[in-house]
Amino acid sequence: MSAPSTTRPFRWSVRRELWENRSVWIAPLAVAILATLAFFVTLPGLPGSVRALAGPDMANAHMVVHGPYGGVALLGFATAFVVGVFYCLDALQGERRDRSILFWKSLPVSDRTTVLAKASIPFIVLPLVVFAFTAAAFLIMMLVGTAVVAAAGASVGMLWSHAEPFQSGLSVLYALVVLALWHAPIYGWLLLVSGWARRTALLWAVLPFVAIAGVERILFGTTRFAYFLEDLLLGWVSRAFAFGSDDAMGDMLGALTPVTFLSTPSLWIGLAFAAACLAIAIRLRHKREPA
Amino acid sequence: MATIEARGLRKAYGRTVALDGIDLRVEEGRILGLIGPNGAGKTTALNAILGLTPYQGELKVLGLDPWTERDRLMLDASFIADVAVLPRWMRVWQALDYLAGVHPRFDRARAEGFLANTTIGRDRRVRELSKGMVAQLHLALVMAIDAKLLVLDEPTLGLDLLFRKQFFDTLLNDYLDRSRTVVLATHQVEEVQDVLTDLVFIDRGRVVLACSMDEFESRYLELTVNPDRVAAARALEPFHERSVFGRTVLLFDGVDHARLTALGEVRRPGISDMLLAVVAGRTGAADGAGR
Repeated sequence: MSAPSTTRPFRWSVRRELWENRSVWIAPLAVAILATLAFFVTLPGLPGSVRALAGPDMANAHMVVHGPYGGVALLGFATAFVVGVFYCLDALQGERRDRSILFWKSLPVSDRTTVLAKASIPFIVLPLVVFAFTAAAFLIMMLVGTAVVAAAGASVGMLWSHAEPFQSGLSVLYALVVLALWHAPIYGWLLLVSGWARRTALLWAVLPFVAIAGVERILFGTTRFAYFLEDLLLGWVSRAFAFGSDDAMGDMLGALTPVTFLSTPSLWIGLAFAAACLAIAIRLRHKREPA
Repeated sequence: MATIEARGLRKAYGRTVALDGIDLRVEEGRILGLIGPNGAGKTTALNAILGLTPYQGELKVLGLDPWTERDRLMLDASFIADVAVLPRWMRVWQALDYLAGVHPRFDRARAEGFLANTTIGRDRRVRELSKGMVAQLHLALVMAIDAKLLVLDEPTLGLDLLFRKQFFDTLLNDYLDRSRTVVLATHQVEEVQDVLTDLVFIDRGRVVLACSMDEFESRYLELTVNPDRVAAARALEPFHERSVFGRTVLLFDGVDHARLTALGEVRRPGISDMLLAVVAGRTGAADGAGR
Protein backbone atom coordinates (compact mmCIF):
# COMPACT_ATOMS: atom_id res chain seq x y z
CA MET A 1 0.00 0.00 0.00
CA SER A 2 1.70 3.19 -1.14
CA ALA A 3 -0.47 6.12 -0.23
CA PRO A 4 0.65 9.40 -1.75
CA SER A 5 1.48 11.77 1.08
CA THR A 6 -0.25 14.81 -0.38
CA THR A 7 -3.35 14.48 1.77
CA ARG A 8 -3.65 16.60 4.89
CA PRO A 9 -6.65 15.33 6.83
CA PHE A 10 -6.25 17.70 9.77
CA ARG A 11 -5.86 20.84 7.71
CA TRP A 12 -8.84 19.97 5.50
CA SER A 13 -10.92 19.00 8.50
CA VAL A 14 -10.36 22.46 9.97
CA ARG A 15 -11.12 24.08 6.62
CA ARG A 16 -14.37 22.19 6.33
CA GLU A 17 -15.38 23.41 9.81
CA LEU A 18 -14.90 26.96 8.54
CA TRP A 19 -17.01 26.21 5.46
CA GLU A 20 -19.81 24.88 7.59
CA ASN A 21 -19.54 27.40 10.43
CA ARG A 22 -19.01 30.71 8.75
CA SER A 23 -19.97 32.56 11.95
CA VAL A 24 -16.47 31.67 13.20
CA TRP A 25 -15.08 34.50 11.08
CA ILE A 26 -18.18 36.48 10.13
CA ALA A 27 -19.20 37.29 13.71
CA PRO A 28 -15.78 38.66 14.78
CA LEU A 29 -15.59 40.59 11.50
CA ALA A 30 -19.02 42.12 11.99
CA VAL A 31 -18.25 43.06 15.59
CA ALA A 32 -14.91 44.63 14.62
CA ILE A 33 -16.61 46.67 11.89
CA LEU A 34 -19.36 47.85 14.23
CA ALA A 35 -16.84 48.82 16.92
CA THR A 36 -14.78 50.73 14.38
CA LEU A 37 -17.88 52.57 13.16
CA ALA A 38 -18.74 53.46 16.76
CA PHE A 39 -15.23 54.90 17.12
CA PHE A 40 -15.79 57.02 14.02
CA VAL A 41 -18.83 58.57 15.71
CA THR A 42 -16.58 59.83 18.52
CA LEU A 43 -13.99 61.26 16.11
CA PRO A 44 -15.12 64.92 16.22
CA GLY A 45 -14.20 65.05 19.93
CA LEU A 46 -10.81 63.42 19.49
CA PRO A 47 -8.67 66.54 18.81
CA GLY A 48 -10.11 68.15 21.94
CA SER A 49 -9.28 65.14 24.03
CA VAL A 50 -5.74 65.02 22.66
CA ARG A 51 -5.27 68.69 23.60
CA ALA A 52 -6.61 67.95 27.07
CA LEU A 53 -3.86 65.37 27.51
CA ALA A 54 -1.49 68.23 28.20
CA GLY A 55 -3.89 69.84 30.69
CA PRO A 56 -4.96 69.17 34.30
CA ASP A 57 -7.69 66.68 33.31
CA MET A 58 -5.15 64.37 31.79
CA ALA A 59 -6.28 61.09 33.39
CA ASN A 60 -9.77 61.52 32.08
CA ALA A 61 -8.53 62.49 28.62
CA HIS A 62 -6.28 59.45 28.56
CA MET A 63 -9.29 57.23 29.14
CA VAL A 64 -11.13 58.87 26.25
CA VAL A 65 -8.18 58.50 23.85
CA HIS A 66 -7.15 55.02 24.93
CA GLY A 67 -10.55 53.58 25.84
CA PRO A 68 -11.87 52.71 22.36
CA TYR A 69 -8.99 50.26 21.81
CA GLY A 70 -9.83 48.40 24.97
CA GLY A 71 -13.50 48.44 23.97
CA VAL A 72 -12.83 46.88 20.57
CA ALA A 73 -10.67 44.23 22.21
CA LEU A 74 -13.26 43.36 24.88
CA LEU A 75 -16.01 43.04 22.28
CA GLY A 76 -13.71 40.71 20.33
CA PHE A 77 -13.09 38.56 23.42
CA ALA A 78 -16.81 38.32 24.16
CA THR A 79 -17.55 37.40 20.53
CA ALA A 80 -14.91 34.69 20.54
CA PHE A 81 -16.41 33.23 23.71
CA VAL A 82 -20.02 33.26 22.53
CA VAL A 83 -19.20 31.86 19.08
CA GLY A 84 -16.91 29.25 20.64
CA VAL A 85 -19.59 28.09 23.08
CA PHE A 86 -22.27 27.67 20.43
CA TYR A 87 -19.84 26.14 17.97
CA CYS A 88 -18.75 23.50 20.50
CA LEU A 89 -22.31 22.63 21.52
CA ASP A 90 -23.18 21.74 17.93
CA ALA A 91 -19.82 20.46 16.71
CA LEU A 92 -20.35 16.76 17.39
CA GLN A 93 -24.14 16.67 17.72
CA GLY A 94 -24.97 18.30 14.41
CA GLU A 95 -23.29 15.66 12.27
CA ARG A 96 -25.28 12.92 14.01
CA ARG A 97 -28.53 14.87 13.81
CA ASP A 98 -28.35 15.36 10.03
CA ARG A 99 -26.72 11.92 9.52
CA SER A 100 -23.82 13.49 7.62
CA ILE A 101 -21.60 11.54 10.04
CA LEU A 102 -22.19 8.59 7.70
CA PHE A 103 -20.46 10.57 4.98
CA TRP A 104 -17.60 11.79 7.21
CA LYS A 105 -17.04 8.30 8.53
CA SER A 106 -16.87 6.88 5.01
CA LEU A 107 -13.56 8.71 4.57
CA PRO A 108 -10.12 7.84 5.87
CA VAL A 109 -10.15 10.47 8.63
CA SER A 110 -9.82 9.19 12.19
CA ASP A 111 -12.12 10.19 15.02
CA ARG A 112 -9.13 11.75 16.77
CA THR A 113 -8.29 13.96 13.79
CA THR A 114 -11.93 15.01 13.50
CA VAL A 115 -12.41 15.87 17.17
CA LEU A 116 -9.06 17.67 17.43
CA ALA A 117 -9.87 19.65 14.28
CA LYS A 118 -13.16 20.70 15.86
CA ALA A 119 -11.40 21.57 19.13
CA SER A 120 -8.92 23.73 17.23
CA ILE A 121 -11.74 26.15 16.37
CA PRO A 122 -12.18 27.59 19.90
CA PHE A 123 -8.57 26.95 20.95
CA ILE A 124 -6.68 28.27 17.93
CA VAL A 125 -8.82 29.52 15.05
CA LEU A 126 -11.14 31.88 16.93
CA PRO A 127 -8.30 33.60 18.88
CA LEU A 128 -6.36 34.07 15.61
CA VAL A 129 -9.42 35.40 13.78
CA VAL A 130 -10.28 37.83 16.60
CA PHE A 131 -6.67 38.99 16.81
CA ALA A 132 -6.50 39.61 13.06
CA PHE A 133 -9.73 41.65 12.98
CA THR A 134 -8.89 43.53 16.20
CA ALA A 135 -5.44 44.42 14.85
CA ALA A 136 -7.00 45.57 11.58
CA ALA A 137 -9.51 47.70 13.52
CA PHE A 138 -6.65 49.23 15.58
CA LEU A 139 -4.77 50.08 12.41
CA ILE A 140 -7.76 51.77 10.78
CA MET A 141 -8.64 53.64 13.99
CA MET A 142 -5.07 54.92 14.34
CA LEU A 143 -4.81 56.00 10.71
CA VAL A 144 -8.15 57.82 10.70
CA GLY A 145 -7.54 59.22 14.19
CA THR A 146 -4.13 60.54 13.13
CA ALA A 147 -5.63 62.25 10.08
CA VAL A 148 -8.40 63.88 12.13
CA VAL A 149 -6.02 65.03 14.89
CA ALA A 150 -3.47 66.35 12.38
CA ALA A 151 -6.16 68.19 10.43
CA ALA A 152 -7.32 69.87 13.63
CA GLY A 153 -3.75 70.90 14.41
CA ALA A 154 -3.49 68.87 17.61
CA SER A 155 -0.46 66.79 18.57
CA VAL A 156 -0.21 63.51 16.68
CA GLY A 157 2.66 62.48 18.97
CA MET A 158 0.41 62.81 22.03
CA LEU A 159 -2.24 60.72 20.34
CA TRP A 160 0.15 57.85 19.59
CA SER A 161 1.80 57.88 23.00
CA HIS A 162 -1.56 57.66 24.77
CA ALA A 163 -3.46 55.40 22.38
CA GLU A 164 -0.57 52.92 22.52
CA PRO A 165 -1.68 50.85 19.52
CA PHE A 166 1.27 48.46 19.51
CA GLN A 167 1.22 47.77 23.23
CA SER A 168 -2.54 47.34 23.00
CA GLY A 169 -2.12 44.87 20.14
CA LEU A 170 0.39 42.83 22.11
CA SER A 171 -1.90 42.88 25.15
CA VAL A 172 -4.76 41.62 22.99
CA LEU A 173 -2.64 38.74 21.72
CA TYR A 174 -1.61 37.90 25.28
CA ALA A 175 -5.21 38.09 26.51
CA LEU A 176 -6.43 35.81 23.71
CA VAL A 177 -3.87 33.16 24.65
CA VAL A 178 -4.83 33.55 28.32
CA LEU A 179 -8.53 33.24 27.48
CA ALA A 180 -8.11 30.15 25.33
CA LEU A 181 -6.14 28.43 28.09
CA TRP A 182 -8.39 29.57 30.92
CA HIS A 183 -11.62 28.65 29.13
CA ALA A 184 -10.22 25.34 27.84
CA PRO A 185 -12.20 23.26 30.38
CA ILE A 186 -15.42 24.99 29.28
CA TYR A 187 -14.83 24.23 25.59
CA GLY A 188 -13.70 20.69 26.39
CA TRP A 189 -16.81 20.06 28.45
CA LEU A 190 -19.10 21.45 25.76
CA LEU A 191 -17.49 19.25 23.10
CA LEU A 192 -17.94 16.25 25.35
CA VAL A 193 -21.63 17.03 25.91
CA SER A 194 -22.07 17.63 22.19
CA GLY A 195 -20.63 14.19 21.48
CA TRP A 196 -22.82 12.58 24.11
CA ALA A 197 -26.23 14.29 24.09
CA ARG A 198 -28.78 13.23 21.51
CA ARG A 199 -30.50 16.59 21.70
CA THR A 200 -30.65 19.80 23.80
CA ALA A 201 -26.89 19.86 24.35
CA LEU A 202 -27.17 23.32 25.92
CA LEU A 203 -29.41 22.04 28.71
CA TRP A 204 -27.19 19.05 29.45
CA ALA A 205 -24.14 21.29 29.45
CA VAL A 206 -25.49 23.95 31.81
CA LEU A 207 -28.15 22.36 34.02
CA PRO A 208 -25.84 20.19 36.15
CA PHE A 209 -23.93 23.27 37.28
CA VAL A 210 -27.03 25.31 37.99
CA ALA A 211 -28.39 22.34 39.92
CA ILE A 212 -25.24 21.93 42.01
CA ALA A 213 -25.16 25.64 42.83
CA GLY A 214 -28.87 25.54 43.73
CA VAL A 215 -28.58 22.47 45.93
CA GLU A 216 -25.60 23.94 47.75
CA ARG A 217 -27.49 27.13 48.41
CA ILE A 218 -30.50 25.26 49.78
CA LEU A 219 -28.66 22.67 51.86
CA PHE A 220 -25.80 24.73 53.22
CA GLY A 221 -26.84 28.28 52.50
CA THR A 222 -23.43 28.90 50.90
CA THR A 223 -22.43 30.04 47.44
CA ARG A 224 -18.99 28.47 47.02
CA PHE A 225 -19.94 26.70 43.81
CA ALA A 226 -21.35 29.87 42.31
CA TYR A 227 -18.02 31.57 43.08
CA PHE A 228 -16.25 28.67 41.44
CA LEU A 229 -18.32 29.19 38.30
CA GLU A 230 -17.59 32.90 38.33
CA ASP A 231 -13.90 32.13 38.64
CA LEU A 232 -14.18 29.70 35.73
CA LEU A 233 -15.55 32.48 33.55
CA LEU A 234 -13.66 35.54 34.79
CA GLY A 235 -10.81 34.29 36.99
CA TRP A 236 -8.32 34.92 34.21
CA VAL A 237 -8.57 38.69 34.68
CA SER A 238 -7.03 38.81 38.15
CA ARG A 239 -4.46 36.09 37.38
CA ALA A 240 -3.14 37.37 34.08
CA PHE A 241 -3.32 41.12 34.63
CA ALA A 242 -2.36 43.46 37.46
CA PHE A 243 -4.13 46.73 36.82
CA GLY A 244 -2.58 49.02 39.38
CA SER A 245 -4.27 52.17 40.52
CA ASP A 246 -1.62 54.42 38.97
CA ASP A 247 -1.46 52.98 35.50
CA ALA A 248 -4.27 55.05 34.12
CA MET A 249 -1.75 56.36 31.62
CA GLY A 250 0.45 53.61 32.06
CA ASP A 251 2.74 50.96 31.36
CA MET A 252 0.36 48.63 29.53
CA LEU A 253 2.76 45.76 29.14
CA GLY A 254 3.79 46.04 32.78
CA ALA A 255 0.24 45.07 33.71
CA LEU A 256 0.67 41.63 32.17
CA THR A 257 1.50 38.94 34.69
CA PRO A 258 2.18 35.77 32.74
CA VAL A 259 4.19 34.19 35.55
CA THR A 260 1.36 34.59 38.05
CA PHE A 261 -1.06 33.26 35.47
CA LEU A 262 1.00 30.22 34.57
CA SER A 263 1.63 29.36 38.20
CA THR A 264 -2.08 29.27 39.03
CA PRO A 265 -2.88 25.64 39.93
CA SER A 266 -6.49 25.86 38.75
CA LEU A 267 -5.22 26.74 35.24
CA TRP A 268 -3.42 23.42 35.02
CA ILE A 269 -6.27 21.51 36.62
CA GLY A 270 -8.57 23.03 34.00
CA LEU A 271 -6.23 22.09 31.16
CA ALA A 272 -6.03 18.51 32.42
CA PHE A 273 -9.84 18.43 32.64
CA ALA A 274 -10.08 19.75 29.06
CA ALA A 275 -7.68 17.07 27.81
CA ALA A 276 -9.75 14.39 29.54
CA CYS A 277 -12.95 15.78 27.99
CA LEU A 278 -11.40 15.66 24.51
CA ALA A 279 -10.22 12.09 25.04
CA ILE A 280 -13.76 11.10 26.02
CA ALA A 281 -15.23 13.03 23.08
CA ILE A 282 -12.97 11.07 20.70
CA ARG A 283 -14.15 7.79 22.22
CA LEU A 284 -17.77 8.92 22.01
CA ARG A 285 -17.46 9.77 18.34
CA HIS A 286 -16.06 6.32 17.75
CA LYS A 287 -18.78 4.59 19.75
CA ARG A 288 -21.92 6.56 19.00
CA GLU A 289 -23.80 4.62 16.37
CA PRO A 290 -25.58 6.20 13.43
CA ALA A 291 -29.23 6.90 14.12
CA MET B 1 -7.93 -13.70 1.48
CA ALA B 2 -11.60 -13.01 1.04
CA THR B 3 -12.62 -9.34 0.89
CA ILE B 4 -15.17 -9.88 3.64
CA GLU B 5 -15.06 -12.73 6.07
CA ALA B 6 -17.59 -12.92 8.89
CA ARG B 7 -18.17 -15.75 11.32
CA GLY B 8 -20.91 -15.76 13.89
CA LEU B 9 -21.55 -12.04 13.54
CA ARG B 10 -23.92 -10.98 16.29
CA LYS B 11 -25.36 -7.68 17.34
CA ALA B 12 -28.10 -6.87 19.81
CA TYR B 13 -29.63 -3.53 20.75
CA GLY B 14 -30.82 -4.19 24.26
CA ARG B 15 -33.09 -7.19 23.89
CA THR B 16 -33.61 -6.75 20.17
CA VAL B 17 -31.33 -9.06 18.24
CA ALA B 18 -30.38 -7.38 14.97
CA LEU B 19 -27.83 -9.93 13.81
CA ASP B 20 -28.15 -13.46 15.07
CA GLY B 21 -24.93 -15.19 14.10
CA ILE B 22 -24.21 -14.38 10.48
CA ASP B 23 -21.58 -16.15 8.41
CA LEU B 24 -20.55 -14.37 5.26
CA ARG B 25 -17.70 -14.75 2.83
CA VAL B 26 -17.31 -12.39 -0.11
CA GLU B 27 -14.46 -13.01 -2.50
CA GLU B 28 -12.66 -10.30 -4.44
CA GLY B 29 -14.48 -9.07 -7.54
CA ARG B 30 -17.91 -10.33 -6.50
CA ILE B 31 -21.05 -8.22 -6.52
CA LEU B 32 -23.15 -9.34 -3.60
CA GLY B 33 -26.78 -8.43 -3.11
CA LEU B 34 -27.81 -8.38 0.53
CA ILE B 35 -31.53 -8.76 0.32
CA GLY B 36 -34.24 -8.91 2.91
CA PRO B 37 -37.32 -7.18 4.27
CA ASN B 38 -37.18 -4.01 6.35
CA GLY B 39 -35.66 -4.64 9.74
CA ALA B 40 -33.98 -7.85 8.61
CA GLY B 41 -30.56 -6.61 9.72
CA LYS B 42 -29.14 -5.49 6.38
CA THR B 43 -28.06 -2.06 7.54
CA THR B 44 -26.70 -3.41 10.81
CA ALA B 45 -24.60 -5.92 8.88
CA LEU B 46 -23.28 -3.20 6.58
CA ASN B 47 -22.58 -0.89 9.53
CA ALA B 48 -20.54 -3.66 11.15
CA ILE B 49 -18.62 -4.20 7.90
CA LEU B 50 -17.87 -0.47 7.72
CA GLY B 51 -16.78 -0.09 11.33
CA LEU B 52 -19.76 2.04 12.29
CA THR B 53 -21.06 -0.32 14.94
CA PRO B 54 -19.42 -2.74 17.39
CA TYR B 55 -20.34 -6.41 17.17
CA GLN B 56 -19.67 -9.83 18.57
CA GLY B 57 -18.12 -12.58 16.51
CA GLU B 58 -15.33 -12.52 13.97
CA LEU B 59 -15.17 -10.04 11.14
CA LYS B 60 -12.35 -9.15 8.79
CA VAL B 61 -12.79 -6.72 5.92
CA LEU B 62 -9.82 -6.44 3.54
CA GLY B 63 -7.86 -8.09 6.33
CA LEU B 64 -8.69 -5.37 8.86
CA ASP B 65 -10.87 -5.22 11.94
CA PRO B 66 -13.40 -2.57 10.90
CA TRP B 67 -14.30 -1.46 14.42
CA THR B 68 -10.77 -0.64 15.53
CA GLU B 69 -9.26 0.24 12.15
CA ARG B 70 -12.05 2.16 10.42
CA ASP B 71 -9.90 5.03 9.19
CA ARG B 72 -7.39 2.63 7.58
CA LEU B 73 -10.17 0.52 6.10
CA MET B 74 -11.68 3.61 4.49
CA LEU B 75 -8.56 4.05 2.37
CA ASP B 76 -9.71 0.99 0.43
CA ALA B 77 -13.44 0.89 1.03
CA SER B 78 -16.05 3.44 0.11
CA PHE B 79 -19.63 3.73 1.11
CA ILE B 80 -22.91 5.29 0.03
CA ALA B 81 -25.52 5.03 2.76
CA ASP B 82 -28.40 6.72 1.05
CA VAL B 83 -28.86 9.98 -0.73
CA ALA B 84 -29.54 11.93 2.45
CA VAL B 85 -26.12 11.83 4.09
CA LEU B 86 -24.12 14.34 2.08
CA PRO B 87 -23.79 17.47 4.26
CA ARG B 88 -26.49 19.84 3.14
CA TRP B 89 -24.41 22.99 3.55
CA MET B 90 -21.62 21.71 1.34
CA ARG B 91 -20.99 23.11 -2.11
CA VAL B 92 -19.97 20.81 -4.94
CA TRP B 93 -16.49 22.31 -5.24
CA GLN B 94 -16.04 22.00 -1.48
CA ALA B 95 -16.83 18.28 -1.64
CA LEU B 96 -14.26 17.89 -4.44
CA ASP B 97 -11.63 19.93 -2.59
CA TYR B 98 -12.23 18.12 0.68
CA LEU B 99 -12.02 14.63 -0.79
CA ALA B 100 -8.90 15.53 -2.71
CA GLY B 101 -7.51 16.86 0.56
CA VAL B 102 -8.17 13.84 2.76
CA HIS B 103 -8.35 10.82 0.43
CA PRO B 104 -5.13 9.62 -1.20
CA ARG B 105 -7.04 7.47 -3.70
CA PHE B 106 -9.46 10.17 -4.84
CA ASP B 107 -9.00 11.18 -8.47
CA ARG B 108 -10.41 14.66 -8.77
CA ALA B 109 -10.24 14.78 -12.56
CA ARG B 110 -12.27 11.58 -12.74
CA ALA B 111 -14.96 13.03 -10.46
CA GLU B 112 -15.06 16.21 -12.55
CA GLY B 113 -15.45 14.03 -15.63
CA PHE B 114 -18.47 12.26 -14.17
CA LEU B 115 -20.01 15.56 -13.08
CA ALA B 116 -19.52 16.99 -16.57
CA ASN B 117 -22.16 14.52 -17.74
CA THR B 118 -24.67 15.97 -15.29
CA THR B 119 -26.26 19.38 -14.87
CA ILE B 120 -24.76 19.85 -11.39
CA GLY B 121 -22.96 23.20 -11.11
CA ARG B 122 -19.77 23.56 -9.05
CA ASP B 123 -21.20 26.32 -6.89
CA ARG B 124 -24.42 24.58 -5.97
CA ARG B 125 -25.05 23.56 -2.39
CA VAL B 126 -26.18 20.01 -1.69
CA ARG B 127 -29.44 21.32 -0.22
CA GLU B 128 -30.23 23.06 -3.51
CA LEU B 129 -29.93 19.84 -5.51
CA SER B 130 -32.74 17.43 -6.23
CA LYS B 131 -32.59 13.99 -4.68
CA GLY B 132 -31.53 12.48 -7.98
CA MET B 133 -28.74 15.03 -8.39
CA VAL B 134 -27.45 14.36 -4.88
CA ALA B 135 -27.28 10.68 -5.75
CA GLN B 136 -25.41 11.53 -8.96
CA LEU B 137 -22.99 13.70 -7.01
CA HIS B 138 -22.38 11.08 -4.34
CA LEU B 139 -21.86 8.42 -6.99
CA ALA B 140 -19.43 10.66 -8.89
CA LEU B 141 -17.43 11.23 -5.70
CA VAL B 142 -17.35 7.56 -4.78
CA MET B 143 -16.56 6.31 -8.28
CA ALA B 144 -13.54 8.61 -8.36
CA ILE B 145 -12.11 6.77 -5.35
CA ASP B 146 -9.96 3.86 -6.40
CA ALA B 147 -11.36 1.53 -3.74
CA LYS B 148 -11.28 -2.24 -3.46
CA LEU B 149 -14.64 -2.49 -1.77
CA LEU B 150 -17.78 -0.46 -2.35
CA VAL B 151 -20.69 -0.77 0.06
CA LEU B 152 -24.09 0.55 -0.98
CA ASP B 153 -26.97 0.68 1.48
CA GLU B 154 -30.20 1.42 -0.37
CA PRO B 155 -28.36 3.93 -2.57
CA THR B 156 -31.36 4.67 -4.76
CA LEU B 157 -33.98 4.97 -2.05
CA GLY B 158 -36.60 7.53 -3.02
CA LEU B 159 -35.31 8.02 -6.57
CA ASP B 160 -37.52 7.62 -9.56
CA LEU B 161 -37.15 4.75 -11.99
CA LEU B 162 -35.05 6.72 -14.47
CA PHE B 163 -32.48 7.78 -11.90
CA ARG B 164 -32.36 4.28 -10.43
CA LYS B 165 -31.62 2.74 -13.80
CA GLN B 166 -29.05 5.40 -14.61
CA PHE B 167 -27.41 4.89 -11.23
CA PHE B 168 -26.81 1.19 -11.78
CA ASP B 169 -25.89 1.63 -15.45
CA THR B 170 -23.22 4.17 -14.53
CA LEU B 171 -21.96 1.89 -11.79
CA LEU B 172 -21.75 -1.08 -14.15
CA ASN B 173 -20.22 0.70 -17.11
CA ASP B 174 -17.82 3.13 -15.49
CA TYR B 175 -16.84 1.51 -12.22
CA LEU B 176 -17.07 -2.24 -12.22
CA ASP B 177 -14.37 -2.84 -14.77
CA ARG B 178 -11.68 -4.10 -12.44
CA SER B 179 -11.32 -6.36 -9.47
CA ARG B 180 -13.61 -4.37 -7.25
CA THR B 181 -15.95 -5.95 -4.78
CA VAL B 182 -19.42 -4.56 -4.19
CA VAL B 183 -21.88 -5.24 -1.41
CA LEU B 184 -25.31 -3.85 -2.11
CA ALA B 185 -28.29 -3.86 0.23
CA THR B 186 -31.63 -3.11 -1.30
CA HIS B 187 -35.21 -4.14 -1.44
CA GLN B 188 -35.73 -2.99 -5.00
CA VAL B 189 -34.76 -6.47 -5.97
CA GLU B 190 -35.60 -6.86 -9.63
CA GLU B 191 -33.59 -3.86 -10.72
CA VAL B 192 -30.32 -5.30 -9.46
CA GLN B 193 -30.86 -8.90 -10.52
CA ASP B 194 -28.68 -8.55 -13.63
CA VAL B 195 -25.97 -6.70 -11.76
CA LEU B 196 -25.29 -9.27 -9.05
CA THR B 197 -22.96 -12.21 -9.01
CA ASP B 198 -23.99 -13.42 -5.57
CA LEU B 199 -27.05 -13.35 -3.42
CA VAL B 200 -27.64 -13.44 0.31
CA PHE B 201 -31.14 -13.39 1.76
CA ILE B 202 -31.28 -12.15 5.29
CA ASP B 203 -34.28 -12.26 7.57
CA ARG B 204 -34.63 -11.54 11.27
CA GLY B 205 -30.87 -11.34 11.67
CA ARG B 206 -30.09 -14.65 9.99
CA VAL B 207 -28.85 -15.68 6.59
CA VAL B 208 -31.64 -17.73 5.07
CA LEU B 209 -30.17 -18.24 1.61
CA ALA B 210 -26.69 -17.71 0.20
CA CYS B 211 -25.64 -18.66 -3.29
CA SER B 212 -24.06 -17.35 -6.47
CA MET B 213 -26.35 -16.12 -9.22
CA ASP B 214 -25.16 -19.00 -11.43
CA GLU B 215 -26.17 -21.39 -8.73
CA PHE B 216 -29.40 -19.51 -8.18
CA GLU B 217 -30.32 -19.80 -11.84
CA SER B 218 -29.41 -23.43 -12.18
CA ARG B 219 -30.89 -24.67 -8.90
CA TYR B 220 -34.26 -23.02 -8.60
CA LEU B 221 -37.21 -23.54 -10.87
CA GLU B 222 -40.79 -22.35 -10.66
CA LEU B 223 -43.50 -24.61 -11.92
CA THR B 224 -47.06 -23.55 -12.69
CA VAL B 225 -48.65 -26.95 -12.39
CA ASN B 226 -51.28 -28.30 -14.74
CA PRO B 227 -54.34 -28.90 -12.53
CA ASP B 228 -54.30 -32.67 -13.04
CA ARG B 229 -50.64 -33.06 -12.12
CA VAL B 230 -50.61 -31.37 -8.73
CA ALA B 231 -50.16 -34.57 -6.74
CA ALA B 232 -47.31 -35.74 -8.96
CA ALA B 233 -45.66 -32.33 -8.69
CA ARG B 234 -45.97 -32.26 -4.90
CA ALA B 235 -44.30 -35.64 -4.78
CA LEU B 236 -41.10 -33.97 -6.07
CA GLU B 237 -40.91 -32.04 -2.79
CA PRO B 238 -41.30 -28.38 -3.67
CA PHE B 239 -40.03 -26.07 -0.92
CA HIS B 240 -42.77 -23.53 -1.48
CA GLU B 241 -46.29 -23.56 -2.74
CA ARG B 242 -48.62 -20.73 -3.59
CA SER B 243 -51.72 -20.18 -5.59
CA VAL B 244 -51.94 -17.72 -8.51
CA PHE B 245 -55.27 -17.22 -10.26
CA GLY B 246 -56.43 -20.58 -8.98
CA ARG B 247 -53.40 -22.43 -10.25
CA THR B 248 -50.79 -23.98 -8.05
CA VAL B 249 -47.28 -22.53 -8.35
CA LEU B 250 -44.45 -24.54 -6.85
CA LEU B 251 -40.79 -23.75 -6.26
CA PHE B 252 -38.19 -26.47 -6.56
CA ASP B 253 -34.58 -26.68 -5.52
CA GLY B 254 -32.35 -28.84 -7.71
CA VAL B 255 -35.05 -30.75 -9.53
CA ASP B 256 -34.34 -31.63 -13.18
CA HIS B 257 -35.87 -29.18 -15.68
CA ALA B 258 -37.12 -32.00 -17.95
CA ARG B 259 -39.03 -33.72 -15.19
CA LEU B 260 -40.91 -30.53 -14.39
CA THR B 261 -41.70 -29.65 -18.02
CA ALA B 262 -43.93 -32.70 -18.10
CA LEU B 263 -46.03 -31.32 -15.24
CA GLY B 264 -46.73 -27.77 -16.42
CA GLU B 265 -45.05 -24.49 -17.34
CA VAL B 266 -41.52 -24.06 -16.01
CA ARG B 267 -39.64 -20.78 -15.59
CA ARG B 268 -36.78 -19.39 -13.59
CA PRO B 269 -38.05 -17.57 -10.51
CA GLY B 270 -37.10 -13.96 -10.00
CA ILE B 271 -35.25 -12.87 -6.88
CA SER B 272 -38.40 -11.38 -5.43
CA ASP B 273 -40.36 -14.64 -5.95
CA MET B 274 -37.64 -16.43 -4.07
CA LEU B 275 -37.49 -13.78 -1.33
CA LEU B 276 -41.21 -14.10 -0.75
CA ALA B 277 -41.02 -17.88 -0.71
CA VAL B 278 -37.99 -18.12 1.54
CA VAL B 279 -38.78 -15.32 3.96
CA ALA B 280 -42.55 -15.64 4.18
CA GLY B 281 -42.47 -19.42 4.42
CA ARG B 282 -39.50 -19.64 6.72
CA THR B 283 -41.33 -21.27 9.58
CA GLY B 284 -41.87 -24.49 7.67
CA ALA B 285 -40.80 -25.96 4.37
CA ALA B 286 -38.47 -23.09 3.54
CA ASP B 287 -35.73 -24.54 5.74
CA GLY B 288 -34.78 -26.69 2.80
CA ALA B 289 -33.73 -23.61 0.89
CA GLY B 290 -31.69 -22.07 3.65
CA ARG B 291 -28.29 -23.03 4.86
